[in-house]
Amino acid sequence: MIALPAQQRDPKGWLVTPALFFILALFIYPFAYGLMLSFSPMNGGSVWANYITFFTDSSMWPTIIVTLKLAVPATIINVGVSVPVAFALRRTSPWQKFVTTLLVVPVTLGTVLIADGMLTYFSPNGWFPQALQALHLYGDEVRLTHNYWGVLISLIVSGFPFAFLLTLSYVTGIDPTLARAAATLGASPWQQFRQIYLPLLLPGLTMTACLSFVQAFSVFPSAVLLGAPAGPTRVISIAASEAAFENYDYALASTIAIVMGFVQLLVVGGMLGARRFFYTGPVTGGKG
Amino acid sequence: MTTDNRAASGWQAGAPTETANGTGKHMKQQVSLRDRLWKFFVWATMGFFLVNVLLLIATVAVNSVATRWFGTLLPQGFTLHWYAQAWSDFQLSSVLLVTLEVVGAVVLLSIVLGVPAAYALARVQFPGKRFAMLVFLLPLMVPPVTYGIPMATVMYKFHLAGTLTGVILANLVPALPFVILVMTPFIEQIDPNLESAARIFGANTFRYFRYVLLPLLVPGMLAAGLLVLVRTIGMFELTFFTAGPTTQTLVVALYYAVFSTGVRAPQSIDAMAMIYMAITMVWVLIALQFVSPTQLVSRVKEQKQ
Repeated sequence: MIALPAQQRDPKGWLVTPALFFILALFIYPFAYGLMLSFSPMNGGSVWANYITFFTDSSMWPTIIVTLKLAVPATIINVGVSVPVAFALRRTSPWQKFVTTLLVVPVTLGTVLIADGMLTYFSPNGWFPQALQALHLYGDEVRLTHNYWGVLISLIVSGFPFAFLLTLSYVTGIDPTLARAAATLGASPWQQFRQIYLPLLLPGLTMTACLSFVQAFSVFPSAVLLGAPAGPTRVISIAASEAAFENYDYALASTIAIVMGFVQLLVVGGMLGARRFFYTGPVTGGKG
Repeated sequence: MTTDNRAASGWQAGAPTETANGTGKHMKQQVSLRDRLWKFFVWATMGFFLVNVLLLIATVAVNSVATRWFGTLLPQGFTLHWYAQAWSDFQLSSVLLVTLEVVGAVVLLSIVLGVPAAYALARVQFPGKRFAMLVFLLPLMVPPVTYGIPMATVMYKFHLAGTLTGVILANLVPALPFVILVMTPFIEQIDPNLESAARIFGANTFRYFRYVLLPLLVPGMLAAGLLVLVRTIGMFELTFFTAGPTTQTLVVALYYAVFSTGVRAPQSIDAMAMIYMAITMVWVLIALQFVSPTQLVSRVKEQKQ
């Protein structure tokens, strides 16, 4: 940035300070404080004691694996299904409006309400198992709550609309004349998708995948309500909130939160790094 | 390179016209069948998803008016008394009051703090602008669970946790950057020449702000305010981490109710869920008049064409 001489500086720039100060005080400072706190264990010991506890305690470190086992499939399903559906709905139509409006509902209602509904809907006596049995699709008792599947389904119910709406906004941002040009040259719809849309979509898809993953990785209320928080769905946020609000060990809780942030950063960094191997550039046609 | 090769091979294959026509027709039929199957598959997936989500919500609605419902398609009878039960069971009047106070304060404060910041970011070049942008983006990229725990720790240190102030401050952390992110492009598209024009006609800063800028800002502020409102009603994690027994918002109260299923009748919990759903949906419907569905859901701004 070019440094402006002092007298040319616009005093209106100061308008940013109240908001900036607020975020520094309530977001940056807590992070810094939490980071410092994670290096000063509650019960004394070495600087790394909290991290050693986390990575040796068998009720702590497996939470990373458990969370990844939920977040990775959820992200792949959500983004993977979003792409063909968003592609099919890329043209502005009443259908597009209808579907997008309906999809807003599960996201805005939030995970707590979805969890409450799923507990009844997927319970052994709920409508979904009733329908499966009436259609003779599945004979045994259907168990989709209080286990891994319940949490995965809830991640899809709240995560798919989010991924879809983001993908749709990226797909509609691509100039349709590019695909039409390809069609004139004899490209089939699949070839248009593969050769035109997909390369242009990749940066947006990477972003969608990153946001979807981060959201799924920080799954919390549904893992408690719909999962088995003591075992198969003891995700990392449960471990963190347990340390903070049940054991009042804020140092350890901060440590877990930092580890959680670090894993998210690692995966997001990996995805953004992988994106570099693909096309980056404008998504609109030139005036050729 | 590969496209060049492909084009070249296509050209060669196209040379004997008769055979090319024949295979072309055949391929077209195949493609259209595959296309139709694929389209069917896409719509079936979407339909299946939407039907299940709607039925899931319908389950809550039906259960909230059910007398007894166990293993049958529909409950044995219908009643409205669970709503009254939920109202007293969960002290909904005080919960709703807290929700109203929190949401109202968050919307007002995020607009009051966010719009000036967005104005500065949209109009002025100042040292540290990139840094400011980064600081405002971070709370939107980092999920609430990750920063909520260190934040709650700091709140406990300063004895803010459990108070209404604490809950409001916590909810402002994602709301304020969101307002800035929505308002900055909105202010950028307001013609800066309007200020010069107003000045030429003798308006001072206050009059310019009051009679020129503010009326132009209102639609953007309305949209941003509605988006923040809908998000704050549904914001669970931050409120959960910072609220005390007397400062629970509706969504946190709902979580505790579902968490301790068995203490209260499930119909009573579902009645509370319906009240929560009704409040959210009313505001979503109002918000959808002014903003696109994508804005309501995502944290990144919609791509402009």
